[in-house]
Amino acid sequence: MSIATRFVADAVTDASESPWAGFVARRIGRLVVSLWVLVTASFLMIHLIPGDPVRAALGNSAPGALIEARREALGLNDPLWLQYLHYLQGLVGGNLGTSMTSDLPVAQVIGDRLPATFELAGLAFLLAVLISVPVGALMGVLTRGGRRRRTELAFTSTSIVVAAIPEFLLAVGLVYFFAVQLGWFPVAGRSDAGSYVLPVVSMALGSAAILSRIVRVEMLSVLGADYVRTARAKRLPNWMIYFRHALPNALTATLTIGGLMLSAMVAGTVLVENVFAWPGLGSTIVSSILAKDYPVVQGVVLVYGLGVLLVNLLVDIALGMLDPRSTIKES
Amino acid sequence: MSTSKTAATAGMAARWLAALKTPVGAVSAAMLLSVLTLAVLAPILWSGQAEEINTRAILQGPSPEHPVGTDSLGRDLFFRLLVATGLSVKLALAATGIGVCVGLVLGAVPSLLSRRIGRLVTAFVNIAVAFPGLLLAMFFAVIFGVGQTGAVLAIGFATAPSFARLTQTLIATQSERDFIAAAKLAGVGRVQRLIRHILPNIAEPLVVTATIGAGSSLLAFAGLSFLGLGVQPPAYDWGRLLNEGLNDIYLHPMAALAPGLAVVIAGLAFNLFGEAVAKTLGAPTPFAGKGAAPQRVRPTAVESSADVEPSTSSRESSAVLTVSDLFVSFPGPAGPITPVRGVSFSLAQGEAVGVVGESGSGKTQTALALAQLVEYPGSVTASRLEFLGQDQLSSPSPAKRQLLGTSFAMVFQDPMKSFNPTMRIGTQLAEVAQRHQGMNRRQALARAADRLRAVRVPAAERRLRQYPHEFSGGMRQRAMIGMGIMGNPALIVADEPTTALDVTVQQQVLRLLSTIKEENNVAILLISHDLTLVGQVCERVLVMYAGRIVEDLPATDLAERSLHPYTQALLAAVPDMETDRNQPLAVVPGRPADPSNVPAGCAFASRCPKADDHCTREDPQLVQQEDGHRVACWHPSRGTGQRVSVELKLPAAALQGEAS
Amino acid sequence: MSELRFEQVSVRFGGRRGMTAVDGVDLTVPKGQVVGLVGESGSGKSTLARAAASLTPLSAGQILFNGRPLRPKRGEHRPLQMVFQDPHSSLNPRMSIGDSIAEGIPRAGRGDAASRRAEVERLLGLVGLDPQRASSYPGQMSGGQLQRVALARALAGQPEVIIADEITSALDVSVQGTVLNLVRDLQRELNLSMLFISHNLAVVRYVADAIAVMYLGRIVEQGPAEQILSNPQHPYTKALLAAVPGNGSTGLSPGMSDPAVQAVSDAEPADPHHPPTGCRYHLRCPIGPLVLPGRDVCREADPEPEGHSHAAACHFADGSLMAGKAGLL
Repeated sequence: MSIATRFVADAVTDASESPWAGFVARRIGRLVVSLWVLVTASFLMIHLIPGDPVRAALGNSAPGALIEARREALGLNDPLWLQYLHYLQGLVGGNLGTSMTSDLPVAQVIGDRLPATFELAGLAFLLAVLISVPVGALMGVLTRGGRRRRTELAFTSTSIVVAAIPEFLLAVGLVYFFAVQLGWFPVAGRSDAGSYVLPVVSMALGSAAILSRIVRVEMLSVLGADYVRTARAKRLPNWMIYFRHALPNALTATLTIGGLMLSAMVAGTVLVENVFAWPGLGSTIVSSILAKDYPVVQGVVLVYGLGVLLVNLLVDIALGMLDPRSTIKES
Repeated sequence: MSTSKTAATAGMAARWLAALKTPVGAVSAAMLLSVLTLAVLAPILWSGQAEEINTRAILQGPSPEHPVGTDSLGRDLFFRLLVATGLSVKLALAATGIGVCVGLVLGAVPSLLSRRIGRLVTAFVNIAVAFPGLLLAMFFAVIFGVGQTGAVLAIGFATAPSFARLTQTLIATQSERDFIAAAKLAGVGRVQRLIRHILPNIAEPLVVTATIGAGSSLLAFAGLSFLGLGVQPPAYDWGRLLNEGLNDIYLHPMAALAPGLAVVIAGLAFNLFGEAVAKTLGAPTPFAGKGAAPQRVRPTAVESSADVEPSTSSRESSAVLTVSDLFVSFPGPAGPITPVRGVSFSLAQGEAVGVVGESGSGKTQTALALAQLVEYPGSVTASRLEFLGQDQLSSPSPAKRQLLGTSFAMVFQDPMKSFNPTMRIGTQLAEVAQRHQGMNRRQALARAADRLRAVRVPAAERRLRQYPHEFSGGMRQRAMIGMGIMGNPALIVADEPTTALDVTVQQQVLRLLSTIKEENNVAILLISHDLTLVGQVCERVLVMYAGRIVEDLPATDLAERSLHPYTQALLAAVPDMETDRNQPLAVVPGRPADPSNVPAGCAFASRCPKADDHCTREDPQLVQQEDGHRVACWHPSRGTGQRVSVELKLPAAALQGEAS
Repeated sequence: MSELRFEQVSVRFGGRRGMTAVDGVDLTVPKGQVVGLVGESGSGKSTLARAAASLTPLSAGQILFNGRPLRPKRGEHRPLQMVFQDPHSSLNPRMSIGDSIAEGIPRAGRGDAASRRAEVERLLGLVGLDPQRASSYPGQMSGGQLQRVALARALAGQPEVIIADEITSALDVSVQGTVLNLVRDLQRELNLSMLFISHNLAVVRYVADAIAVMYLGRIVEQGPAEQILSNPQHPYTKALLAAVPGNGSTGLSPGMSDPAVQAVSDAEPADPHHPPTGCRYHLRCPIGPLVLPGRDVCREADPEPEGHSHAAACHFADGSLMAGKAGLL
């Protein structure tokens, strides 16, 4: 953990002895540092590109005067520290710059596209959780202590294969089968409820396979834990052992990885959006990269990064509520 | 150095070969091999066919001539698919190589450079790891530019943080081990420590992760090329083919599906192979062998094998627990392992009995079997198992459950792990009363507070609302005992209840158990490796060796009147406050018996100074010697530890003992 | 002469809000003698051992070897070696035991491969193992055998001081005797100085010439083994002695009438993160302020270990001997 985080954490924990205060302070401290890294990285991105980004964007045939004017407008002729300052000022005021291709404010472009991506990632995560928790827990109970080896083999190999198919390929397969062959759902676009099915399913399925494997493994290790033996020694009925003693502990461990998956899903939308021509941030960033519209790329990267950081924070807090020990653990 | 390296590599090779013997390992290895072969050969063999333009056969569907069809220039897609293997695999491997190298460096830096730099690198890696690989890849793709090289660098740098994190964690884990401290003391420098001691111990997980990483890189590359950010025409990889095929998915689905399938198969080959190896790397599960067929874990009734009396306790009429011919066995790689081999005894009301033995003697399995807590795939058989007069061998019923739940208490060794970490202590105590004594939550919590007071936990009401981690070790063990007396127990089985505690706290817990026994007339079965401790608390002691009771004697007889050579040796081998400092300690030669390979005859014979041919041939039965004293030995003779120590005093024997 | 001397040694962990694991310890391990160090987990005894071996940095004080600070450079002879608790963790599983032992041989006298092999075989013989086993791997050996190998590796460095940290507590009872015998024989034969750490007083009593008792980072009592065992001064040492199973008359009789004595005897060891003020033992002390009224000095002042037949840091060590002096503070 960085020095700044430690400082914030110490300042707060000194004030009160509650583990929560220190825990929240540490997490917020970490968020602030990560945020700073993210903002700086997105600012530097445009400067790390070899050559002149404006010339790259406008093409070699563009007149020198136009390029110079555009550079001036983007503030690229100022010293780096001043540009950084302006960038930070702009961010605080919600100004992410202006698109080089459409001349629209980047904030407006993102505002238009964000809801579609948010819906897609959120629904897909929900579906993945709804599939993986019951399936994984059930498989864990069924195959505990090496029982039912054949069921275990079938489950493991199916889940490995499903997990190995990347979302966008699964999407292609689903489009071919359910949209082209059967015609049940539209091939692309975002309109009625039916148009959500294929994108959401193709994003959720792989994650569900991975998550359910994790839930099962965690369930197995929890079922082998000493405290589950204690619960059995108390002669509690099986359902109580599974639901009250085992499942919450298995989910605590799953949550950490689940959080990573959710943030991976945020990025995974990029590919799936392109398969389905989904009008979200993912298709925007790709077309902007290809069009070398760097202010938009900068803005979208920032938004994606922010989403990831928020997901991580939420996961940490949820973890703190589920497992009281995690609030006192130093990371 | 060379020997250590070859041995390490040999061990590694052996484990990777073992992976090939599993079905998944064999299939995935074959897949991987064919993908790699194709990657090398296909561009050499079929580049011509793949690039041959045929304007008369544009955008055709599958046909015998073109199994996958043709593209917009009439080029044969099947050959293009095969040839694309080369570039796809090459780029994936290049990206993985970059990722692994950068990751290794970033991961190893904290252990080599100063603490401050190390901390900075670690912080940076931790932040980078939080961002998904694809996002990082796009970030780098912008910087390095759209195209093949840019994409290789982008994916390489995007995989580096997670690899660095893994390397860091692995190095940190190894660095804490004592042999690193020993190497430091021997004057081995930082770099040498890393190369000689740490890397060989973490190489395998790193290689496995790199293999799986290559699969992920392949998929990521397909993704970038599909988006148009990776390979640019006229070059082509699978992602590029997919990109071109998707536009016409209505007309020519094969043009999109075939490259997709190729990506999935190649990715799977890397992934599955990595997983298969990873699986064999984990220590083999102890009871995963074929051995015996799965059996019921609930104790099964068997005919009484011999005319052994189950007990010699004169108070049998009031027995709390009676067991005869108890066997516990688990399937092992070479036939069943039987940690408990025919244990018979009984426990009278309010009696404290100790079970003593070394690790592997079967004492814990005996306790678990009596409590009917042996886990699958273990199997438990007995000719008789009665608790409070109730037969425990017939099928379970709610009534039995309730009786066990209220009258049979267990205290486990590790109070740290034996409470559920996510539930409050109060809830965990209360649920016993709610379940078995028909109390509501409020009553149950009141009872729990009362019980915590009974085990002298201060501020009981406040403690009820706390979580286990807020208790110290001794307090937790008290709470565990408190949970046992939520009902009205007739028996407390305590399995090494003080081993995890400090000496002064040990005494507190033992005193507490004694108090409860006296006040409530509870029988106690105390399992321990410490003979003196058991002798202090218990009235009767059962000494176990290799799954059997070898001696059953009153605690008062322990010091002077034990009959079995093993009991005598145990007493003499452990120094106490009276041991003569000028004499070497008595030594039991050899190792404790291995439960998977118990010798014929008396299991102790190979370590016994009195053993003769008869002992190695025939197993002695536990027979009554005098009132309340049973022993399983062909040559029982009264002796104290001191006498055996004289017999065994030869220093040569002492040194050879375990070595030979 | 080769003696190991700790002078006001302190070890702190974890910055501002950390804890002091070892707090101002003075201790001497005289040449050719075994000093036993006893205490509960968290008392700081293992930290002290690691500090002596320079595995943990000191935050105050110094550790002197023959009167000089111990800071060997690379390749130099290292007169201090250590044997650890867990035999399975103390040897590199990927290295043959012969290589592990050879690594401990000082570089100056290492010689060629043949002489190194001969030295390894000699050391294996010294600890009672078959020299042929030099090519074995740790996974092929039992815990007791591994502990012998660890001893051989320590001896390879030609040490004058050995620090043995709980070396028998991970072993089975029937095996621990062989290791104790070996340690005792080697120590006498090679005239080693030794700091022998254990939580088991009976084991310490068997090997040690002098005993030091640690509680919450401090040494509360030290002196010749016989004196400590027969005439303990500090109430904590008395409690430790009473806790040895089968020792003395304490037994487990629940008949402790005085509730104050009862409460004190049931108290838990204090949290090393928040050590109590004054005498660190006063919350558990049967002759302290919680049991005997008027002994507020225990809450307020830190006792000095002087003024007894041997050093004991207690205001009321010999009954009331120190009471007058404490009042003057």
